[in-house]
Amino acid sequence: MTALLEVNGLQKRFGGVVAASNISFSIKAGEIVGLIGPNGSGKSTVMKCIMGIEKPNGGSVKLSGVEVAGWPSHRIARQGVGLVFQHSHPLHRQTILEHIILALLPDNLLMLRTDPEVRKRAEEIAARVGLAGVMHRLPRTLPFADLRRLELAKAIARNPKVVLVDEPFAGLTAGEVADFSKLIASFRADGHAVLLVDHNVKGVAALVDRVIAMYLGEHVAEGTAEEVMKNETVRRVYLGGKIETAARPEREGKGHTPLLDVRNIGVLYGKATALDDVSIHVGEGEFVSVVGLNGAGKTTLFNAISGLVPYSGTVNWEGQPLAGRTPGAIARTGIVQCPENRELFGDMSVRENLDLGGSHLPIEEAEKTIDWLFGLFPILKARQAQAARTLSGGEQQMLAIARALMMKPRLLILDEPTLGLAPVILEQLSKALETLRQTTKITVLLGEQNVTFALPHADRVYVLEHTRIVWEGDPARFAREAGAGYL
Amino acid sequence: MLRNRTFLIVAPALLVMALLPFGVGGYILGLLTLAFYYAVFAMSWDLLFGFAGEVNFGPSFLIGVGAYTAALLNHYWLWPIPACLACGALAAVIAGMILAVPALRLSGPYFGLTTLVAVLLLQNVIVLNAGITGGEIGLDLPDVLAVDDTTNYYYAFAFMVVSGGILFGLSRSPVGLILQASGQDAVEAAALGFNVAKHKLVAFCISAFFSGLAGAMLIFYMGTASVGTVVDIAVGVNVIIAAVLGGRRTILGAAIGAIFLIGAGEILRPLGQLATFVVSAVALIVILFFPSGFLGRLLHPEGRE
Repeated sequence: MTALLEVNGLQKRFGGVVAASNISFSIKAGEIVGLIGPNGSGKSTVMKCIMGIEKPNGGSVKLSGVEVAGWPSHRIARQGVGLVFQHSHPLHRQTILEHIILALLPDNLLMLRTDPEVRKRAEEIAARVGLAGVMHRLPRTLPFADLRRLELAKAIARNPKVVLVDEPFAGLTAGEVADFSKLIASFRADGHAVLLVDHNVKGVAALVDRVIAMYLGEHVAEGTAEEVMKNETVRRVYLGGKIETAARPEREGKGHTPLLDVRNIGVLYGKATALDDVSIHVGEGEFVSVVGLNGAGKTTLFNAISGLVPYSGTVNWEGQPLAGRTPGAIARTGIVQCPENRELFGDMSVRENLDLGGSHLPIEEAEKTIDWLFGLFPILKARQAQAARTLSGGEQQMLAIARALMMKPRLLILDEPTLGLAPVILEQLSKALETLRQTTKITVLLGEQNVTFALPHADRVYVLEHTRIVWEGDPARFAREAGAGYL
Repeated sequence: MLRNRTFLIVAPALLVMALLPFGVGGYILGLLTLAFYYAVFAMSWDLLFGFAGEVNFGPSFLIGVGAYTAALLNHYWLWPIPACLACGALAAVIAGMILAVPALRLSGPYFGLTTLVAVLLLQNVIVLNAGITGGEIGLDLPDVLAVDDTTNYYYAFAFMVVSGGILFGLSRSPVGLILQASGQDAVEAAALGFNVAKHKLVAFCISAFFSGLAGAMLIFYMGTASVGTVVDIAVGVNVIIAAVLGGRRTILGAAIGAIFLIGAGEILRPLGQLATFVVSAVALIVILFFPSGFLGRLLHPEGRE
């Protein structure tokens, strides 16, 4: 039997960054394939290239033998590809049923009345995905899981040969995951080809016939879920290599003065739970790592601490609650977050970015700090006059950390500094962090999915899994107790 | 339920307006005649903004092209009014397409800025060619729609009801649904197989058609075409305020907003310059605190979106 979807040598560049390089795979009718990779691995880019949301720079995408690479999205959709979006943007004034009817409409300008047949078909689809009871309600009155069902319903309505599902289970509870698995499995029974795009193998293992793993735009492994989980490259990508630990030299009073105390916080994104009853604490001078796969809630946790998202529960800083303060006021207390997307000022030079970070310091002190940072990251000294956007990913990350350090943080929050970086860069970053740790009294809260990167520096480790803290302990115990179940 | 509620609001209001000439004088009828044309401007604008999600900062570009095309044909070649109206509407559609085809490729604020620049260009062309267009003074028209107020009122009223009916019906049809989806999330709409650019372009053409036609009718009511009444940026700003005031994505709300805006401006006229200030302040308050407008509050009591 020939493949419904055939991707061959797919190539996509964004400026100088290669997001997908020579990706090839195929999916047969009735087959469910997982495409996995950490953030920045290029899996979403591949999905968007198949759907036509992004135009590939090279390679071919064939649907039942028809070359569709470079076609506009709506033509690819009509050729038989459907995409189940992770975040839906439902219309506010239309009912659930009307949304499904929308998906059933042909692309025709002369259709001024809804065919009763269409309405009947929409009702059948609503029943199939479990929305029958709520089909006359407006989207905003429904829980998150029902909105995800609506996205599935729209894909079913289009009856595509190939179904792409973006992070099928993100934000769902265990019971809902089971429901969704059944619905996705029903695509297989109907002879569709299904591609599940997700961060990790674990999420999709029970459902898929085959898994393709990507890292840094490359195809790194392919096989059954078990094979891919055992694959050396994949383990290195997710866990790093061998886990090594090196406790920080004990310093007088380290960790004894409580600095940050996060208690029972919960965060909702619309209706999706992003954090559930999470408590962590960080003492003065400690280096604490929060490890967890992408989507576990690390960034949300940091954003809550920095006051960027509303939360329930309390965040105390030196015994004072931070709730109700603006992000700016929180930053001025000394909590500086270095976000995962770096947020550099791309058109400004390296030096200007650093000067901005130190703009509140007296001039001599700023000069001194910059000199110290150039010692920590020598490459930045050489690149001083260059626009930040022209730096490589690793250099950008170093600049982001340096800029955060310019603000003389009392607590430095590093959100996934390894995102999308090659192993050799990781080593440089790791050395810089180690120097920082050994030579200063800085307090650091690090969020990472790469355990090898997160562990060596840490005094204490939290494991965040699917919105909850599931483990806490020192890095030496992590390998024994939590390492095996991590992937 | 929604349909019933809309009907219950609209039907009595229309009945009152239809019977109005039997009860009020020419002054009020004249005012409402103007308001009805503005209502069509605002409804056309809402189709584009509320449904297709594109902010057209230059509604008076489309209005002006329609009005001046009709005016020139009537002034120089003495074409009959119906032919002038048809050509005015057609010219607005063509000009709109010339503007929209390249502009719709742009995203975000750039589409809006393009439409704004178009108004300034049109205004300049008219003023610079004063010998032909009458420039700032305007262009006299040999023909008018009617001389007495009641007839003019009914022309405008019928025109508003028919245009409003078509625009409202369109917004509630499957095409309107696709348009809303395209406006809200173009990527997702395209992934469902809809040609987003095509739908937006058609929405722009329909908006241009009614704007141009209303512009042309307005000048035949006034007997003269001038930059100040159909092209000026201020005209466009009023249209936008009317639509937003009445309630985005309701079509009918735009008409209510337009009638309110013209009416309030007139009632407050004794205040002189202050009148404009008061109307603007009311508009600002509504936009800031009730962004879904008059009708948005009424039809969708849950309020904000």
